[in-house]
Amino acid sequence: FAGLADVSISEEIPVEGQITVPVGSHSPDEDGSTLDEPVRETIMRDLKAVGKKFVHVLYPRKSSTLLRDWDLWGPLVLCVSLALMLQGGSADSKDDGGPQFAEVFVIIWFGAVVITLNSKLLGGTISFFQSLCVLGYCVLPLTVGMLVCRLVLLAGSGTISFIIRLLVVLAMFAWSTLASTAFLADSQPPNRKALVVYPIFLFYFVISWMILTFTPQ
Amino acid sequence: EFDDAANLLAANPDATTISIEEPAEVPKNQHSRLHQPGREEDDELLGTDDSDKTELLAGQKKSAPFWTFDYYQTFFDVDTYQVLDRIKGSVFPVPGKNFVRLYIRSNPDLYGPFWICATLVFTIAVSGNLSNFFIHLGKPTYHYVPQFRKVSIAATTIYAYAWLVPLALWGFLMWRNSKVMNIVSYSFLEILCVYGYSLFIYIPTAILWIIPQKVVRWVLMMFSLGLSGSVLVMTFWPAVRDDNRRIALATVGTVVLLHALLSVGCLAYFFDAPELDFPAPIIPAHNGTAVVTKS
Repeated sequence: FAGLADVSISEEIPVEGQITVPVGSHSPDEDGSTLDEPVRETIMRDLKAVGKKFVHVLYPRKSSTLLRDWDLWGPLVLCVSLALMLQGGSADSKDDGGPQFAEVFVIIWFGAVVITLNSKLLGGTISFFQSLCVLGYCVLPLTVGMLVCRLVLLAGSGTISFIIRLLVVLAMFAWSTLASTAFLADSQPPNRKALVVYPIFLFYFVISWMILTFTPQ
Repeated sequence: EFDDAANLLAANPDATTISIEEPAEVPKNQHSRLHQPGREEDDELLGTDDSDKTELLAGQKKSAPFWTFDYYQTFFDVDTYQVLDRIKGSVFPVPGKNFVRLYIRSNPDLYGPFWICATLVFTIAVSGNLSNFFIHLGKPTYHYVPQFRKVSIAATTIYAYAWLVPLALWGFLMWRNSKVMNIVSYSFLEILCVYGYSLFIYIPTAILWIIPQKVVRWVLMMFSLGLSGSVLVMTFWPAVRDDNRRIALATVGTVVLLHALLSVGCLAYFFDAPELDFPAPIIPAHNGTAVVTKS
């Protein structure tokens, strides 16, 4: 504290004023007038945020946008669409079919929560919802892969279609894992990185397995 | 540091070694260089006996109250190399080396047991599904099913085994400890750890069980049962051997038996028997396509 003894406040900086005035804010939220804007604008703003995050996942660079402004809309949309696409799998008896909607939902959300808890317990500095957000958004390549698989299955379900599906799912699985690792790895202590990455690998492996083994009736 | 002390002691068995608790007693088996049950039991009794009796999940450093996040963080205080070392120790049991003493060293973790069980659940489900696919591949009436319901069954079984059996064993050992004072005692977390890490060998075993040969599968099972069973036996034998002979043998026998039951049950339930061509009845479904049911 010795160095602060001779610090003086310059005359130009106003020291009075309202505490609630934000410094240099550009976002329209702070104006307090979002109640009056048309609904379309509100929705488009959220959609643009979600879309921007999709782009970040598709081209993963170490940007902090995904982490800073987390939202769970994207993961919800992805999870629901993936679970819907996994419906219609073969099932003569209930025991033998593919995963039901609820099972896919639970696996994705419960798995993401467990992985987040795991990384926090190991000493990670990322917040709970940020990690959920990243893990959910990185399901995007696998959802795209599921879409491709369903299209391929429309064409036929022989060996060639299986090989194509296998390659597509493998590529998407690698993409998802690398994307989420790129976002999450920095917040972990360095000697435990592998301990955090492995559950993420397992998580996307299980989802990829569900996608690959999808067989229509 | 074990090796240095053991080497010194083996070189000069009569030398007095300085320890913090009390002057060194001559260990019972001088010929065993690495396993000194006398000293270890003294350390055990003086170090953890009181905390075992006072807390359910004992440990020297769990000082945070159990409703805080920090309390649970102490169970994940492991680095990557420590987890890998513990896995290695469970796969290559060395006679005379106690897994808990050597690898856990009063830093039990929940990371290993939890994620090894999770991996094992999915490995068994996926391998079972794959092996059934390959076994029935050539048959014209076979329609592949993902059998996803088996994942929940596998999860229930394996997590129940990995958490309830240690709980029962810990309770039993505590009860015997109250009657026979001088036995090595383990905390609940250490028992959990041993059980969790001992299940690791089943992960490669489950992958290799895809091979549809009965003899291969049984050989693999015997091998993995031998390895993980010996880890368990070598861990728990020092804890019961001072007890009544029959109770000690019964305890260790039950541990091994439950372990064997788990592996036999998994093999029987998740993996169809190979080379068995039971003619499955073909039932015409309501829309005319033939449907195969398992007989």
